[in-house]
Amino acid sequence: MALKASELSVGDTYTETVVEDLKRTQIVMYAGASGDYNPVHTDEPFATKVAGYPTVFAHGMLTMGLTGRMLTNYVGDGRLTEFGVRFTSQVFPGDTLQSTATVESIEDGKVNLSVSTTNQDGVEVAKGTAQARVD
Amino acid sequence: MAVDKFSIEASHIMMFARSIGDDNQIYYDNEYAENAEPGAIIAPPTFVQASAQFDATYGLRPRMDGIGWMGSGSNPTSAIRREEPKSDESSSGDGESSGQRRGGGGGGLHAEQRYVYHRHPRVGDVLTASSRPGESWERVGRRSGKLVFRESITEYRDQNGELVVTATSVGVSTERPVDQS
Repeated sequence: MALKASELSVGDTYTETVVEDLKRTQIVMYAGASGDYNPVHTDEPFATKVAGYPTVFAHGMLTMGLTGRMLTNYVGDGRLTEFGVRFTSQVFPGDTLQSTATVESIEDGKVNLSVSTTNQDGVEVAKGTAQARVD
Repeated sequence: MAVDKFSIEASHIMMFARSIGDDNQIYYDNEYAENAEPGAIIAPPTFVQASAQFDATYGLRPRMDGIGWMGSGSNPTSAIRREEPKSDESSSGDGESSGQRRGGGGGGLHAEQRYVYHRHPRVGDVLTASSRPGESWERVGRRSGKLVFRESITEYRDQNGELVVTATSVGVSTERPVDQS
């Protein structure tokens, strides 16, 4: 289901909870699928005793992947033309993340969106923009 | 990063989609996909990151040329190729290494990632990837000290040499682990 320009307004929002109570096993699965085995993401003794973090933390690209799932559910399959985020805070096991897209402008068959993913404390963990083709 | 052959395969897309909790049938079901707008199973928007699997020199997995597993075994660190901790904080970044092994202290974080989709990769494509440095800049952050940002731009091209995805990654080197307080 693609979006129709005629049915969009600046300021429209679309929100999804993209993960609830993030599990370490999901981070392991992302490591395997993406190929990024940096031990800070999956190895508790390494993350705490060597790298100096409170525990393991998610790959930024897992957060971006979860955020992208919200986007593709909103704009439709194969419709994204641009997608970018800054990673503004780390994501830890136990986090619940909510992703929101907001319509910023609509022109020439494209919609420009701002994108934000926040954790259960309201802290933004990823912030960016996206663009998609609309009908 | 240079990848000579990144075959876009259905089972890899399935595993990747599962890992991001995405049950959209466009990533799993060929019959569904053939009848949907893309006409084939396509890759999720961040899938090209998994081209690391096909990068012969990728530093974040064991390699056949004698580089072993990273991480804790009998000790917390495998202590391979430790780097001196760099300077201090990162006010941003996910804490992800940008491809080198880090012994501790600060290190490389993934600060930003951007994609431009000329089209979406689909099952059957065979992509190549080549990277070039982009801009670099510095600033001082409160939570981890001096930060050095470096852009890397990767072009993914298909079997016909056509540009498919342009990816820009911004890595940041920090002096010390990100202060959580």
